[in-house]
Amino acid sequence: MKKHHVSTTINGDEVDFLCETSETLLDVLRDHLHLTGAKEGCGTGDCGACSVTLDGVLVCSCLVLGVEAEGKEIETIEGMADGDELHPLQRKFVEHIALQCGICTPGLLISARSLLEKNPNPTEEEVRFGLAGNLCRCTGYQNIIEAVMDAAQEMRGA
Amino acid sequence: MGMKPSPFGTQIPYEEKELKVVGSNPEARPDAVDKVTGKARYAADINLPGQLTGKVLRSPHAHARIKSIDASEAEKLKGVKAVICRDDLPDMPVMHAAAGEIMVNFRDVTRTIMAREKALFDGHPVAAVAATSESIAKAALKLIKVEYEVLPHVIDVVDAMKPDAPLLHEDQITKGVEPTPEKPSNIAAQMVSKLGDIEEGFEQADLVVEREFNTKAAHQGYIEPHASLAIYTEGGNAEVWTSTQGHFLIRAQIAEILEMDISRVKVTPAELGGGFGGKNMIYLEPLAIVLSKKSGRPVKMVMTRDEVFRASGPTSGTNIIIKIGITKGGKITAAQAILNYQSGCFPGSSLPLCTPTAFTRYDIANVLVIGNDVTCNRPKVTAYRSPGAPMIAFGVETVMDEIAEELNIDRLEIRLMNAAKEGTQTHFGPKLGPIGFIETLEAAKAHNHMKEKLGPNQGRGIATGFWNTLGMETSATLNVNQDGTASLIYGTVDVAGGMRTAYSQIVAEELGIPFKKVRAIQSDTSSLGFNFTTAGSRGTAAGGMAAVKASRDAITRMCEVAARIWEVELDQVVWEDGHARPASSNVGEFEPLSLAEIAMKAGFYGGTIAGHAEINVTGGGPGFGTHLVDVEVDRETGAVKLLRYTIIQDAGKAVFPEYVKAQFHGAAVQGIGLALNEEYIYDENGVMANPGFLDYRMPVASDIPVIDTQIVEVPNPNHPYGIRGVGEVPIIPPLAAISNAIYDAVGIRMRDHPMSPPKVLAALDEAAPATAAE
Repeated sequence: MKKHHVSTTINGDEVDFLCETSETLLDVLRDHLHLTGAKEGCGTGDCGACSVTLDGVLVCSCLVLGVEAEGKEIETIEGMADGDELHPLQRKFVEHIALQCGICTPGLLISARSLLEKNPNPTEEEVRFGLAGNLCRCTGYQNIIEAVMDAAQEMRGA
Repeated sequence: MGMKPSPFGTQIPYEEKELKVVGSNPEARPDAVDKVTGKARYAADINLPGQLTGKVLRSPHAHARIKSIDASEAEKLKGVKAVICRDDLPDMPVMHAAAGEIMVNFRDVTRTIMAREKALFDGHPVAAVAATSESIAKAALKLIKVEYEVLPHVIDVVDAMKPDAPLLHEDQITKGVEPTPEKPSNIAAQMVSKLGDIEEGFEQADLVVEREFNTKAAHQGYIEPHASLAIYTEGGNAEVWTSTQGHFLIRAQIAEILEMDISRVKVTPAELGGGFGGKNMIYLEPLAIVLSKKSGRPVKMVMTRDEVFRASGPTSGTNIIIKIGITKGGKITAAQAILNYQSGCFPGSSLPLCTPTAFTRYDIANVLVIGNDVTCNRPKVTAYRSPGAPMIAFGVETVMDEIAEELNIDRLEIRLMNAAKEGTQTHFGPKLGPIGFIETLEAAKAHNHMKEKLGPNQGRGIATGFWNTLGMETSATLNVNQDGTASLIYGTVDVAGGMRTAYSQIVAEELGIPFKKVRAIQSDTSSLGFNFTTAGSRGTAAGGMAAVKASRDAITRMCEVAARIWEVELDQVVWEDGHARPASSNVGEFEPLSLAEIAMKAGFYGGTIAGHAEINVTGGGPGFGTHLVDVEVDRETGAVKLLRYTIIQDAGKAVFPEYVKAQFHGAAVQGIGLALNEEYIYDENGVMANPGFLDYRMPVASDIPVIDTQIVEVPNPNHPYGIRGVGEVPIIPPLAAISNAIYDAVGIRMRDHPMSPPKVLAALDEAAPATAAE
């Protein structure tokens, strides 16, 4: 099967890859580039476990084709921490026990970061609706909401 | 629960003592940073050089005879390296074994992972391929020609029990019924649990209420689809990395199904992306091994969400009839339950596990529970968090409310008046030891949630839950390292990060060293003795007991080293606060030796320090909980909105309290999803109509209100730290609590699950037909 050559930027690094027409950005990240932080929970855009940003826009990478990444800047969970320094959201997730099995966690963190970029001072209800595209089966969401609220407060103060 | 406890089991008595590590919240969980940075390795994240992609061809029919399978075209496709079907797996005789909380029969297991004579459900595997890419594998599936003879199917449990229902297994005679029926049926077995004289009990009653309930099948809903990577080597060994709650069970099942020696199979459990009972069984593992054997290359297989829904999980859909008799004074005299449970395509629902929970929250002299295990054209059911119990509680707790209303007794009071306590005779055998059920009811009564004012169309519901804690085979090794740190190798899979934390806390407490000096590491099947799967809320309780035993074993070895250094007898040395000390001043003047000092010198004084536990834990303790919920019903749409939720539960002892609360949250929200939306829907052809998260509607963050939690601690007397299992109890009450709250809000009794907007709206319309007609 003939493959396409795609040039892109991922977490600040220039990355070239080859992919089939039908392969999703998630397939490319996970199977070709071995960036396995984004997870496939459904493949239909319903669970949010594969969330990444594409030129700063939050997307389900399972709904984006690999070829659509041409010339785009992609950010994944692997680029969220600054070296050993966790992003405040990551730190607060750890502190608030906002994760159990952890399979949804990368997607939730990417999604929460996008939410706080748009709305740095959200109400609890805004966080609940803002993260409604990310399924979590373990936590019942409560500690996730608390972690995001706490991180938002810290980020506003910083 | 359901498994017979061993008479040779291990119990360690509860010791009340001052604790430094157990019972406090560690600063950071050992798994957390890897999980927030995307570095945690789940099964689908692991790759091997040269690996192929495996895909499964599944039956599009609910019930069909497989007349022929022709894979010749698929095999010719470039990039296809192996194709397998029923002929590539050995047939199995009838052979029973425990798989998690459910018993399995290997004749059926091999037919579940790959159809033989018939396809028995939509999604049943009929062939599998391994190819150099996913797109080639998918193309190959389309080239496999399967000739089916479509047969009549049956989906609903009540329909499946009818005498003229289509039969899944033409030779299936109901077990457990006297005299043995002559004709085959879909009722695979009948199970009975009884206490006292049920007829006499109902005669003593002033009021008898009997109600029928129906619940739909629901899925565990783990976000991580099943994934397995396998390699079969020419030497006849298989190595597997997989998504499982119990790698030792997976190994045993693989060895049985593929007729291999257990020693030739090595299974490594990857970080688990949720299981909740649904990852105790083999699905992809043997297929990946056989494909690897045939192709000579590693094979990775990952289910799609559609496959997860259609062919793994779910819990039983049920038809339940509850009958309770009570005196005017509020004393329950008799209770009866008829439980008709879907088992899916083969026998083996969760009835043996959930039957004991039916009335065990209450002290009732006369009880009869009859369970029917019914085959139907659905995927084989597996365990789902307190398997089968939420549905019974839905019925029992709803009838409790009806009785309370009829007798004009407060809903909490009627439960308190009949509550099980120490000494209560259960209907499944033992008398209860010390339990904290009454404490949870009293705490509910005193909770400020009960004082919150309710508005129009708002109501409050109360319900309770019980689940026992499983023990079973548990092994662990504690290695005391040369630098004074300790590594606990555990084999009961940590399903979500809390267990390895709790184990580290327990080891730190036992050894008297800081939490940060202990690391708990998950074993593969080759580095530790057998461990039962993580099921029945046993993880922290049973694994924790093994950690205690291994720690104490290592302490004995360390005292032995100290005795050799001091040239005294072993019984002249004691372990206190992380140090070996002389037992008394008579022993001699010796400076205490720290764990680090002993670890460094141990090699010379007899060898490395390690402690072991290879035990069968029988000291699990029953867990009880009480939930409160406030709802608001939208009379125009039938939507039920949760306003407030409170969980009160006896944890025995919470090792890691904030995490215990997090378990409460998660389980309750699964119960809330079950109550409000989740259901398997089949079309008229027996094909699942909603195999995706869009149409199988699990709770999202905006569906859930703030949840209050309160931990009650009545120590389990048979566990050194008093631990009871906590993971399963909190999924039991929500169905009933929400149903009771809906009644309190708008006066309708919801007895058919789920309580989704169309059903609630229909019930509202039925209750007020005049309004609906306008």
